[in-house]
Amino acid sequence: MAKQYETVIGLEVHIELATKTKIFCGCSTEFGGAPNTHTCPVCTGMPGSLPVLNRQVVEYALAIGLATNCKITQVCKFDRKNYFYPDNPQNYQISQLYLPIARDGFVEIDTPSGKKKIRIHEMHMEEDAGKLVHDEWDDTSLVDYNRSGVPLVEIVSEPDMRSADEVIAYLEKLRMIVQYLGASDCKLQEGSMRADVNLSVREAGTDSLGTRTEMKNLNSFKAITHAIEGERARQIELLEAGKDVVQETRRWDDNKEHSYAMRSKEDAQDYRYFPEPDLVPIVISDEWIAQVKARQPELRTEKLERYKKEFDIPQYDAEIITESKRMADIFEAAAAICKKPKKVSNWLMVETMRLMKEYGTEADRLSFSPENLAKLIDLVDDGSISGSVAKKVFEQVFLHDADPEKYVEEHGLKVENDEAALEETVRKVLSDNPKAVEDYRGGKEKALGALMGQTMRAMKGKANPATVNRMLRELLKSE
Amino acid sequence: MSDILKYTAAELGKKIRERKVSVKEAVDAVMERIRTVEPKINSYVTVDEDGAYAQAEEIQKKIDTGEFTGPLAGVPVAVKDNLCIRGGLTTCGSKILSGFKPTYTAEAVCKIQKAGAVIIGKTNMDEFAMGSTTETSFYGPTKNPHNTEHVPGGSSGGSCAAVAAQECYCALGSDTGGSIRQPSSFCGVVGMKPTYGTVSRYGLVAYGSSLDQIGPIAKDVTDCAAILETIASHDPKDSTSVDRGSYSFTEALRDDVKGLKIGIPRDYIGDGLDEEVRRAVMQAARVLEERGAEVETFDLGLVKYAIPAYYTIASAEASSNLERFDGVKYGYRADGYDGLHNMYKKTRSEGFGEEVKRRIMLGSFVLSSGYYDAYYLKALRTKALIKQEFDRAFQKYDVILGPAAPTTAPRLGSSLSDPIKMYLGDIYTISVNLAGLPGISVPVGRDGKGLPVGMQLIGNVFQEETLLRAAYTYECATGKQYEAPAAGLGKGE
Amino acid sequence: MANKISDETIEYVGILAKLELSEEEKEAAKEDMEKMLDYIDTLNELDTAGIEPMSHVFPVNNVFREDVVTNGDGKEETLANAPLRKEDSFEVPRTIG
Repeated sequence: MAKQYETVIGLEVHIELATKTKIFCGCSTEFGGAPNTHTCPVCTGMPGSLPVLNRQVVEYALAIGLATNCKITQVCKFDRKNYFYPDNPQNYQISQLYLPIARDGFVEIDTPSGKKKIRIHEMHMEEDAGKLVHDEWDDTSLVDYNRSGVPLVEIVSEPDMRSADEVIAYLEKLRMIVQYLGASDCKLQEGSMRADVNLSVREAGTDSLGTRTEMKNLNSFKAITHAIEGERARQIELLEAGKDVVQETRRWDDNKEHSYAMRSKEDAQDYRYFPEPDLVPIVISDEWIAQVKARQPELRTEKLERYKKEFDIPQYDAEIITESKRMADIFEAAAAICKKPKKVSNWLMVETMRLMKEYGTEADRLSFSPENLAKLIDLVDDGSISGSVAKKVFEQVFLHDADPEKYVEEHGLKVENDEAALEETVRKVLSDNPKAVEDYRGGKEKALGALMGQTMRAMKGKANPATVNRMLRELLKSE
Repeated sequence: MSDILKYTAAELGKKIRERKVSVKEAVDAVMERIRTVEPKINSYVTVDEDGAYAQAEEIQKKIDTGEFTGPLAGVPVAVKDNLCIRGGLTTCGSKILSGFKPTYTAEAVCKIQKAGAVIIGKTNMDEFAMGSTTETSFYGPTKNPHNTEHVPGGSSGGSCAAVAAQECYCALGSDTGGSIRQPSSFCGVVGMKPTYGTVSRYGLVAYGSSLDQIGPIAKDVTDCAAILETIASHDPKDSTSVDRGSYSFTEALRDDVKGLKIGIPRDYIGDGLDEEVRRAVMQAARVLEERGAEVETFDLGLVKYAIPAYYTIASAEASSNLERFDGVKYGYRADGYDGLHNMYKKTRSEGFGEEVKRRIMLGSFVLSSGYYDAYYLKALRTKALIKQEFDRAFQKYDVILGPAAPTTAPRLGSSLSDPIKMYLGDIYTISVNLAGLPGISVPVGRDGKGLPVGMQLIGNVFQEETLLRAAYTYECATGKQYEAPAAGLGKGE
Repeated sequence: MANKISDETIEYVGILAKLELSEEEKEAAKEDMEKMLDYIDTLNELDTAGIEPMSHVFPVNNVFREDVVTNGDGKEETLANAPLRKEDSFEVPRTIG
């Protein structure tokens, strides 16, 4: 019988922090920009330049460490990691090895067999490298230091994952936490979240770890899944053939769906870490930790429970709304303004989801303001617009964050509250439809619907349906 | 005009403020002097004649309008070539930085510019400040103005020689293991290494980051204090810069050492010390004793361990600091390379000199996998112990006194062949950097060959005032004035 | 106590330090390093058990800058000293095959 193998996976996740400036200098972290525009002597490794730590980096790192249940290292330091590569202008990266800011945490993921803890070994702060663009034609690479010095945290997990699904669940969980903290936008495609996968296989039922490889350059969940499957198969094949897995770094090529070793005699992988003499220790007091904790926004799990309790909305709706911090923020703000949480939830669950699908918008990118959604709900509620008009107006809110009051005004969509005008229309509808009138008076309640429709059409939707209904019944009774 | 050259910086500054000398006249005098002696001394890598005259004109205007009133306004100053000046060549004495013109200015240089000093040029140095003789410069050795067959010491040999030879009035140097104090001793000038963190390192091309400090090199203690007062500051651009609150170093210039407790470590005056140096230093100690200081010898522990600890730490930091010189962003790039790593290797192998490569290799080795604990951490632990020894000594003494170097300036070409022997020459200065302390070297006489001898005074952290007071008292007691080298600059020709 | 540095070690350190030494230089480097390491080994005479390695001499902590953009377009200054510039980037030999 063929042997059964278990996959053992640990992750190193790099997350770019959402600071305005780089970790050690006052250059902007803004994405894009012509090559080398966001640079200065510090982030290009000019001789004599010196790093000065951005306080916000520590704040974000603390927030993430606390949210992932880590112990905070209250005296932490930076170290230099030495290796030569052109995207690394000093040829050392300022990172943390000996005293990383956080250690020994965990996050919980959902698996088909229930909740599972993924332990976090450590999390440290470091600087990002620049970008290399390769010229196919003349065998050169071009170096752009705009990203050099952008702050990162690297979160190193224990080898606690057993499948690609668990890896994706873990990454989703981290992303959710970090986005909720506002510490990063965590976009895999844009590289603001990156994962290196450490993978080994072992015979099912054994405890010892096999030799692992590290895979880099995985920039989508799809690539991660493919790389894990491919590497698992490659390692099993080696073991089945009686060969050894070599501990090495492999680069995943998502187009070829194949990984290859990044080995070179010149990459000794001996980083000669030592304490960064140009920076001083960071001492994190109990008070500082308490302050960060106090400022810590509610995370998703807590929020979800609260929504169910406080607003009495169903589990499924609460899940959908809290899946993105942006949507949850819109929900709460709009509910606070109009004081109708259930209606806000309905607008998000139905019309917002429909339009998101139609326009291919992600929840994180919803651009309308909660104020405008609240206004729209109020307009419907006070009978100023009808439900069908409201849907049209909401599309404008969704797309352009239109102010519903102004939009309704400018486009003449307001319900006519001029009862005289309405009565005239109703009388006309009644006299034009003697058959329906007769049916209704004969006891056919359904006929009222047809008369309602006629009246609304004649009013071009600008009538309050409740008023029309009342008036129809009154007039039908009296005559 | 040659009379002008004899002034100290403070004297010249005063004459300029009194309109007895113009800034241009001062620059004229220095330029003429440079033309005469520079072929024999080679103090400078770059003399910025046009720039100096342009500055002189600007500065004179600002003196005339009363904007510049300080002691250094209009005074020609030289700057060691590892301090960046915007738009000016900065080579660190290395081929690898050929053509490098920084786009920023070192904070210490900004400070002397704001004080109205005229920057004459950039002075020669051991390549990347690694050396004790100024012979490892890619731009040729500097010679001792007192005897051009001898070295000026190093690594700030160019700055010290330029001051000694009257090619400027004062200069900035840097000191990682004695690089200001030892050449000051060899050249008969006053040089000070301040407490670590006193002068911003921003714009100083790093050698050993945890040890490097910029400091003044001057004709006398008064000038030394004035320059220190100008360049010391709390700089937010340097995380290791310390806010000292008070920076009024010139107020410490008092002729009074009564009750000052001075300790002389026995290991500083024992084996390995040249007899003539010992005699001159002990005589200077007696002068201070006569002025009321209490002088005694004592045992300072761990003296011999400072050098191996220092070379481990400094080489390790240097190996990392010098990784950025790779032919990508600035400076030299080799020709005819094959691929990236070959470009790195060719550039660095051709661009660095022998001593620099020696230290990079050693530093890379002691940090490499499997050796970090045994070498680097061991050295950092030794550093902690050495600091404890000084802490103990400063419980008892205000000042530690000794020589700045075991000998006077050696002959050119006699040092580089045996590195360890050369490193031993740093024995009295090096532990001061490890412990972050301030130290000053003051000329106290000459040996039989007419070469200057320097006395070193070491203070506890942030005690520059005490050192300046002791050194000033010595100057007052001996009536010592700056002694220019003999006409014709010694016997070298 | 005498340290012996092998050819492989010198080769390896050369890779780490990106220095290419001639045969002659390698021999000299071996000898240099052996001597220096023997000298450094004298530190083993000291009992440093329980002593905290000291990287900074005095306790300065928590030096920060605020998260405020202070630098503008630095492109021309950054590239001013480039040994090889192509458009707005530094040019290097191709890094990935």
